[in-house]
Amino acid sequence: MTAGGEDAASTAGPETGGTREPQNMKIVVAIKQVPDRDAPVRIAADAKWIEERELQWAMNEPDAYALEEALQLKEKHGGEVIVLSVGPERVGSTIREALAKGADRAIHIVCDDLGASTGGGFRNFDALGVARLLAAAVKPENPDLVLTGLQSEDLGLGQTGVILAELLGLPHATLILHVEKTDAGLKVKRELEEGWFQSIEMPLPAVLTMQSGGNKLRYATLMGIKRAKTKELRAVSAAELGTAAAPVATLEQISAPKKQKSTQILGGSAKESAAALVEKLKTEARVL
Amino acid sequence: MSVLLVLEESGGKIKRASWGALAAASKLGPAQEITAVVIGAETQTLAAEAAAKPVGKVVRVEHPLLATYTADGFSLALHQLLQNQNGTKCVLFPHTYQVRDYASALACKLGQVLIGDVIAIEDGPLFTRQLLQGRLTGTYRHSGDGPCFVSVQAGAFRPDSNPDSNIDSLESQGNAGNAPIELFTPTLDPAQIRTQPGAPFRESAQTVDLGSAQRIVSVGRGIKGAENLPLVEALASALGAELAASRPICDNGWLPMERQVGSSGQTVAPKLYLAVGISGAIQHLVGMKGSQCIVAINKDPDAPIFEVADYGIVGDLFEVVPALTEAVRAAKE
Repeated sequence: MTAGGEDAASTAGPETGGTREPQNMKIVVAIKQVPDRDAPVRIAADAKWIEERELQWAMNEPDAYALEEALQLKEKHGGEVIVLSVGPERVGSTIREALAKGADRAIHIVCDDLGASTGGGFRNFDALGVARLLAAAVKPENPDLVLTGLQSEDLGLGQTGVILAELLGLPHATLILHVEKTDAGLKVKRELEEGWFQSIEMPLPAVLTMQSGGNKLRYATLMGIKRAKTKELRAVSAAELGTAAAPVATLEQISAPKKQKSTQILGGSAKESAAALVEKLKTEARVL
Repeated sequence: MSVLLVLEESGGKIKRASWGALAAASKLGPAQEITAVVIGAETQTLAAEAAAKPVGKVVRVEHPLLATYTADGFSLALHQLLQNQNGTKCVLFPHTYQVRDYASALACKLGQVLIGDVIAIEDGPLFTRQLLQGRLTGTYRHSGDGPCFVSVQAGAFRPDSNPDSNIDSLESQGNAGNAPIELFTPTLDPAQIRTQPGAPFRESAQTVDLGSAQRIVSVGRGIKGAENLPLVEALASALGAELAASRPICDNGWLPMERQVGSSGQTVAPKLYLAVGISGAIQHLVGMKGSQCIVAINKDPDAPIFEVADYGIVGDLFEVVPALTEAVRAAKE
């Protein structure tokens, strides 16, 4: 039965008879929900994390680029895009957004105690703890490729993808702008410092962390939003994945940044502040 | 505390950001307790350069398979070194693109995480790093028995005016100039290196040299769309300034990549840097905070750009910028 089923599946590829058969790719994209870039943030009373009530949330932008790359690879080669996210219930809205943009199905690792009392901040999990949860969910999927953003806009650790690769025993590359499938695996374009790039060739399966700007992000269409409601969104609890371990690095306290300079704020109307600035630049800073 | 400092190479020399990490290491322990590590296929010159600094010793991690950087090669080799160096309490790196590519894989092999992009170290030790794109800072503590992995933001641990001064003053201490050098040869197999990196390349010849500009007007997300760019172009031309941008503007294709300022673009230090609608994410600030005079125009009074600005206008750029263009033109008449 199983052997027969596999045979049937392998011959039922979407494209046959072409000059060169594209090989389907199963791609997992790990995405994170972060505070919206433009939302004002307030430090919570305990100064352990920000006040999350009434906060607006958005998909981490580098993860949006990872999703875009996955969708384009699927459009080119066929296959499946599965989005994966860890967090409390609110994360569902960001997962739906990814499904509306074209992901086929989703796994939500429901984890309320990521941030204990205030409901955020990933306080009881460090980057390794989160990556362990992701790895436990990715493993049974056996994907060809795992994509995620190079870093999050809230904690900015930039480690999740790299640790995930290590835990899954897969090769990885970071800061990737472009992905090309080759006969041997992948050829990727990696960003280096100060305007330099390099190409890296690597076998599949692999893990890549995506830099922003490699593609243009798509918007969800009305049809996409409608379809997203019928797509599979599987919730799995963090406890079920059974990867709990004490964090080795903990965020003790947050605060407003220390000012590096004393800034003169020039007030008044647009016209007044502009005039005041020109005067300062001429007579005080002497740069005009 | 016993500190392992992993130095990074660039063009046959130790990369400058590595010395910032050394300044950070000296906050954790005396020079004698700092082991500097150079890594590659031929590390003799690098080791000599490191041995002239205030460190207890230098270890050359050398293997033909380390000639070109790969995450697999570097993390495997350094893992073997760490297993060989008992009692290491802290492993320090400069926070470079290369370190971001492998340091957390290395840390993971030991059940650790990287406390990355650290800007300050206080007693405890407590490590300070930026959160929410620089809008907040957080202090982190490491727990458990394993070594603590830390990477250090470029420029955070040295005085701005003279990048080498605190290193120079340290040089009178410890073993400066004659630190002993050891060789460590890791066991590596070609099959363990799973990626094949190509040589670095540039996209196209750079035609804009922002580095030599005296004045720069730089534009960020606040401009909302390419159709609004003439607003800042007019200001730049009134000031006789070059036009630059933060990453999202170039990502969207509104301005060419060669006009991008920041860690992935150009590093600039003009007499005047006028940031319009730029919030001031870390990656942008590292590319421009050395400017002589920084002006920020932003609607958000809490935007991190104001932390480095000399003058600020909190307001709607669509009102402020035209007014400023007019005021600059008037002042020139």
